[in-house]
Amino acid sequence: MNLLEIQSLTKSFEKPDGGSQTVVNVAGFVLAEREQAALSGESGCGKTTFLHLIAGILKADSGRILIAGKEMTALPEPQRDRLRATTLGYIFQTFNLLQGYTCLENVLLGMSFGPGADHAFARSLLERVGLRHHLDHYPRQLSTGQQQRVSVARALANRPRLVLADEPTGNLDHKNSRESLALIREACKENGAALLLVSHDREVLGQFEGVRDFHQMNQPAGDRA
Amino acid sequence: MTLPLIIRKSLRQHALSTVLTALSIALAVGLWMSVWIIKNQSQQTFTSVNAGFDAVLGARGSKLQLVLNAIFHLEASPGNLPWSDFLDIQKHPHVALAVPLAVGDNYRGYRLVGTTLDLFQRAEYAEDRKFAVEKGGRLFMPGYREAVVGSFVAQSLKLKPGEKFHPFHGLIFDEKQQHAETYVVTGVLEPSNTPADRVIWIPLEGIQNMSGHNPDAATDVSAVLVKLSSPVAGFQLDILYNKQGNRLTFAWPTGKIMSELFDKIGWFDRVLALVAYLVAFVAVMSVLVSLYNSMNERRREIAILRALGARRLTVFGAIVLEAAAITALGVLGGFVVYGAIATGVAGVIRAQTGVVLEPLAFSSVMLWAPGMMLALGALAGIVPAIKAYRTSVADHLVPSS
Repeated sequence: MNLLEIQSLTKSFEKPDGGSQTVVNVAGFVLAEREQAALSGESGCGKTTFLHLIAGILKADSGRILIAGKEMTALPEPQRDRLRATTLGYIFQTFNLLQGYTCLENVLLGMSFGPGADHAFARSLLERVGLRHHLDHYPRQLSTGQQQRVSVARALANRPRLVLADEPTGNLDHKNSRESLALIREACKENGAALLLVSHDREVLGQFEGVRDFHQMNQPAGDRA
Repeated sequence: MTLPLIIRKSLRQHALSTVLTALSIALAVGLWMSVWIIKNQSQQTFTSVNAGFDAVLGARGSKLQLVLNAIFHLEASPGNLPWSDFLDIQKHPHVALAVPLAVGDNYRGYRLVGTTLDLFQRAEYAEDRKFAVEKGGRLFMPGYREAVVGSFVAQSLKLKPGEKFHPFHGLIFDEKQQHAETYVVTGVLEPSNTPADRVIWIPLEGIQNMSGHNPDAATDVSAVLVKLSSPVAGFQLDILYNKQGNRLTFAWPTGKIMSELFDKIGWFDRVLALVAYLVAFVAVMSVLVSLYNSMNERRREIAILRALGARRLTVFGAIVLEAAAITALGVLGGFVVYGAIATGVAGVIRAQTGVVLEPLAFSSVMLWAPGMMLALGALAGIVPAIKAYRTSVADHLVPSS
């Protein structure tokens, strides 16, 4: 059964000169339950916008996005927020940890808007990513690799069915990149979540069996006056 | 748990602006309550203080001056009245008690008031309460150079029974105006929380016969405190002295005369209240400005919260509640500011007039002023909350350089 199903999805942005530019035009895309897939593509080809559309952060101009049978594109914003809070996890390239919050609090926030705060589960996630002794540390007190691991724990905090990862290793060195990717994949598997990862890093993409070329999948119509 | 956590973190992250804004709220709430309570308590207290008497009889002049002079021991006497006038009103069938007073001297700024023992033995300055001398002392004996000292004077000048002093001429202390007579302190009055605490009481003849005073006025008195046996007598005596006569003034009822004073200075209260409202307005605006200015740096944080599933209304509510929380901190501080201002002002009023205010007594303004401030503070959070509500998630998820 498909967890994620996308049909005829388009998204355009207004340009400063008044015209519009289509950034995303995807005819179709599916992702099965617990599947782990990677999208390849160079920077600026619309991968992040594509993930934002799936997450409901941006509203599509046309097309359908179905997540776990619910049509994200047909939902009003509060329900899109709710669906994101309960069904999706998001790992950002820049981690997007809240600097004024401890590791534990960052993970708790990841579940607060969905299933609700569960301290025991938040602790177990941080232990799982090797941060048992850093629960009360603030992001600035951690290394880049440790911050990435907090963001992985936070993405899994709401027990999501789908984790979106946007260039998750983009800010890491070679060793940390490999370890982090392995951690993301294992953690998603252990938690029964599907993974959709976008990257332009060939080494990262080489770890996945089914790599899809976003450049081919996405057929933006170009500029319109 | 989410909203309290977000608010707590935000307050801590912006600790300096939180503290400064809360301080401005504290100042506003403290000032607001101080102006309101001191105004009301002063009016209530000054119009109810009457030393147990209903009226004052004195020389022709201002009723207010008579009351201030004879009851509050402030102001100069408008003039003297002959002893026969005292005897006349004392014998009036509707006068329960008449006590003569004579003023004109001081000791180190505290005025000496000559009177009779009736003030201590028959008059009640409050219901069932008479002036009493502290243990170890006694009342003065008429005709002797003896003095009973008010509690505030005794404390201030450290006077004790057995000590001697030379009075000074006039109501304002002037070292060159010392009288030759020596008076002995025979007792200290128990605190009455009335203007009597600021007076040195001596026998009536003491003032009348003090060296340097006009011998022709040796039997005159400055004023007569009058207690009526029925309220109707007040109307009769008012007509007798104020309308039919033209030589004396009958100041009655004392409370109404004092309230006229407050009516006259009502504009001052209104100016103070206006200042307090302006400070409150500025404080509320400081909540708005400090939160609004912080919105730009908080857009990424808001975008992250939204990306984690927070609704627009959740971030809107968080900002409004943060404004209310800052205001609440300020309101708590406002009670401290109020305590400091009101205690200080009450001390000054007591030192200057002997009238005691109770700044820590409950007043309804202690509920509605903080409540109103909380509501205004929360309202001030709406403008920055709208900015937070409109924050574009996708545009602010990447760090700004």
